[in-house]
Amino acid sequence: MFVARSIAADHKDLIHDVSYDFHGRRMATCSSDQSVKVWDKSENGEWHCTASWKTHSGSVWRVTWAHPEFGQVLASCSFDRTAAVWEEIVGESNDKQRGLSHWIKRTTLVDSRTSVTDVKFAPKHMGLMLTTCSADGVVRIYEAPDVMNLSQWSLQHEISCKLSCSCISWNPSSSRAHPAMFAVGSDDSNVTYGGKVQIYEYNENTRKYAKAETLMTVTDAVHDIAFAPNLGRSFHVLAIATKDVRIFKLVPMRKESTSTGPTKFEVQIVAQFDNHNSQVWRVSWNITSTLLASSGDDGCVRLWKANYMDNWKCTGILKGDGSPLTGSSGQPTAMSTVVGSSVQTSQNALNGMSAGRYFFPPLDPPRAGTRYGHLLPPSSLIEHCDAEPIQPQQQALPHRLSSRALLPLPEAEGQ
Amino acid sequence: MEEVDVEPAVTNIPAASSGTHLGFAWGPGDILVYETLYKASGTGSGDIHEVRKDEDIYSPILRKLFNESHHIFVGLQTIREDLPSKNKKPQFVSISKNYRSVIRACMEELQQVAVSTKVAEVAMQYGNQVSILLAIELIWNLCEVLFIDAAPAGSLLLHLLDWVRLHKADVDEKAREVLQSESPAEHRDYWDVVVSYVLQGRLEEARQMLVKQATLQPAARKMYKQMDTLLSKMPFYNPGGTQTLTEFDVKWRHWHEEVDRCLQDNSFASNKHLELICKILVGDEDTLLEHKDLLSTWYHFLVTRLLFCHPTVKPTELHYYAQSCLTMFLDSRSVPEPLDSILLAAFEFDIHQVIKDCSIALNNWWFVAHLTDLLDHCKLLQSHNLHFGSNLREFLLLEYASGLFTHHSLWQLAVDYFDHCPEFGRVYLELQIERVPLDTERKALKVLRICEQRQMSEQVRSICKIMAMRALRNNRLGSALSWSIRAKDAAFATLISERFLQDYCARGTFSDLDLIDNLGPAMLLSDRLTFLGKYREFHKLYGEKRFREASKLLLSLMTAKIAPRSFWMTLLTDALPLLEQKEVIFSADQTHELMFCLEELMSSLNTTTAGTDRPMQDEDIEVTKVELLRLALARNLAMAIVKEGTVEA
Repeated sequence: MFVARSIAADHKDLIHDVSYDFHGRRMATCSSDQSVKVWDKSENGEWHCTASWKTHSGSVWRVTWAHPEFGQVLASCSFDRTAAVWEEIVGESNDKQRGLSHWIKRTTLVDSRTSVTDVKFAPKHMGLMLTTCSADGVVRIYEAPDVMNLSQWSLQHEISCKLSCSCISWNPSSSRAHPAMFAVGSDDSNVTYGGKVQIYEYNENTRKYAKAETLMTVTDAVHDIAFAPNLGRSFHVLAIATKDVRIFKLVPMRKESTSTGPTKFEVQIVAQFDNHNSQVWRVSWNITSTLLASSGDDGCVRLWKANYMDNWKCTGILKGDGSPLTGSSGQPTAMSTVVGSSVQTSQNALNGMSAGRYFFPPLDPPRAGTRYGHLLPPSSLIEHCDAEPIQPQQQALPHRLSSRALLPLPEAEGQ
Repeated sequence: MEEVDVEPAVTNIPAASSGTHLGFAWGPGDILVYETLYKASGTGSGDIHEVRKDEDIYSPILRKLFNESHHIFVGLQTIREDLPSKNKKPQFVSISKNYRSVIRACMEELQQVAVSTKVAEVAMQYGNQVSILLAIELIWNLCEVLFIDAAPAGSLLLHLLDWVRLHKADVDEKAREVLQSESPAEHRDYWDVVVSYVLQGRLEEARQMLVKQATLQPAARKMYKQMDTLLSKMPFYNPGGTQTLTEFDVKWRHWHEEVDRCLQDNSFASNKHLELICKILVGDEDTLLEHKDLLSTWYHFLVTRLLFCHPTVKPTELHYYAQSCLTMFLDSRSVPEPLDSILLAAFEFDIHQVIKDCSIALNNWWFVAHLTDLLDHCKLLQSHNLHFGSNLREFLLLEYASGLFTHHSLWQLAVDYFDHCPEFGRVYLELQIERVPLDTERKALKVLRICEQRQMSEQVRSICKIMAMRALRNNRLGSALSWSIRAKDAAFATLISERFLQDYCARGTFSDLDLIDNLGPAMLLSDRLTFLGKYREFHKLYGEKRFREASKLLLSLMTAKIAPRSFWMTLLTDALPLLEQKEVIFSADQTHELMFCLEELMSSLNTTTAGTDRPMQDEDIEVTKVELLRLALARNLAMAIVKEGTVEA
């Protein structure tokens, strides 16, 4: 892996959340400076800030995009106890020429009496529904009955979770196979209060959400939670950020046809990693849920991957190198492309120049994510994820085998 | 072989290294990383870093590799399963060769660019890619010989010789240099070339070179002649011939004894070069090991040793010789490196280990995915008792295809790979394809076609819905309507039809006439759309002065309750000019029905609008309009009665 480019976000305070839109062509950022910015990716891959506005009167914790079927819609939540819905309107033509867009506030959701800690849109097949959770322990589900009129939102459900809520995640799998389901996590650190992750399921008969499960083994504060795309499997996969990274499998138990209660699950832990040393703050799956990323107190983002035998393993680490770019801030849309900031490139520069061409390019560690890799870490092929880690092989590649070992193409001689 | 555990790859991000957190967001092809703090307030650098997984797919030359190997892959998938595997072997070998020639073509192109570029960084990057491809081709070729072609004893050595010759072709380079010099026999590399030829079993070429030396040394002619005879007499197995392997073995042993005799009676003692060649021919290990520089690799040493000691080596014996050659060739200090281990695993016929080690060392899903797929088709993974054989194939193909999907044009290749992954291919495709940015209508149609061909109805619906919404937001009503018809989205079609009607009321004309005129059965998607279509039909008839048909249609729109009540006043107003015609168009019955419609509308308005404040002016206009209508209706009724009475009489 390598840093392709760096973008000076130019928020006046800490960035709390960055969110890609569905197609990955736009992103939204939010910050303690109470603003949200929207960025658009140009043809050549550069990011341009096309809107920046004050959204709340407190730190903005999270920002999220609605599915593009509903147009260009954002939701944000804040310390100011509110969540808000924003819609982009197609502006005057001269605005477009200047590369600007207009976002207008469609509604402010003021039902919470405490900081709104997370905001998520429900899966699109449920219609345009927005969920918030707040420090007072309440999950609220709102619906916009008319997708052409986003100023009307009705509070459909209010679910009291009893514990201060920090995060929610909808099960993205389609409604045809399972009833609507979401998980909510609590950052209450009192372990005696029991499980900090609750699973709620919609009941067609009562038209209410009912608690289906509490993950009793997760007793420490939970900071983030993420359901994986279902991939047509009979079970659900849930990642949890608590004092470590945990991956759970929820296997629905056979339901008696007469039973009208919520589904019961057999809860299995699939993996548990304490590599972040202390608290883990975010977990998130890639599109096909083949990779899980987590962020923790060690200051790193770690990437986790299962091999074909379903053994999970850390396959990559993103780590600050201690040299924040300070020079680039100040220009709202300035892009500074950072070349050579990855380990990879610097290694090449060190070894590649002096020793000429190797059989393999010098990689350190050998199979690093790197430039060769959509071809991600093949360590996923390695079955023993708990094996004693071997000292990274600094010179693991056959330097001895110079190009002469193989057919040099005619042009090579001149080098 | 032992499992190796590899430390995860670390990527440095230009951000603070302690005291802060790194936030992130997944994108389709990359991950965004930024500095933040999750537990307290503080400040961060405010930069967001776009971290990408790979560069390879952005290389225009490697893109050719992906494109061309895609064709081969698709061809391989269509080889019929029911043929006996014996008949398929030549096909598999030829497919394997096709893959390798694509690699070679790509390598040569990269090499040219690397040489011609002036930028050191680019040259290095391409150079690195060439060396990776070289390794891939080397491994692939060996796998082809050992696993796919599965040559038996006798032919096995011939294949291995070809393999070494192909990958150690610097001899030819050197030979050309020597031959082009003024006096080849005196060139400093002359003997290196001769010995290298011998080491590769290229005895004809070695003899031709020796002739040059012989002519320079007439005194030693006899000795050269003797060497020439030895070289020319060395037997090579001919797999196509009538000779059995045993016969060949006997013949070879005779020759070997003859060489040994020459060495014993010091026939070449006076010429150290010829003596060296003789020692090589007899397969003297120490002599071979003294010429590591010419062999350059342990596997060349292995093949040369087999050539002169064990030409009838069986596949099952290979691993023993390979292991011993590796140990003998490497210094005691140096440890085997990834490529060594991979080749050794291949010689041991441990396919699984080869794939695994390749994944680790090469970091290239292209290679392992295609090779594993081919080996799986050869039924080699099953025969090695890997119960997850096909899982492994699918796992690697899914990884490779997912990587392709992040590229703005290569994603189309990935579709075919997903199609050939029976377990998860479809779900992966569904998840990936809906993320393809729909930049243009053309691209949307392309994506749509792929989904339609695979009956991905939910993705089809979603894409059309997204396009409809986007068109509506940009006020392109026609496009919005056609997309929502495609999505079979009745609610949205209703909404857009409503917009069309509003536009008509405001401006008195329709936009997107082509579309509305050609709705056909699609009109039935929603009531409002049906009305829009029919109402437009009315306008057409009216324009063509087909007043009777027009008036009949207009009336039916109200009586059959197709028109929304809110639109009735507009329809009645449209009837005004028809009522005012000199000729009677509405019959007495029809006029009655019109009157009934008007009264029904008025009574419903009275109940619903009571209490609402409407500007006096609007009220006035409405009242006048209704009065005009009533007058026109009454007059038309009178005329109609008169006319109908007249006709009857």
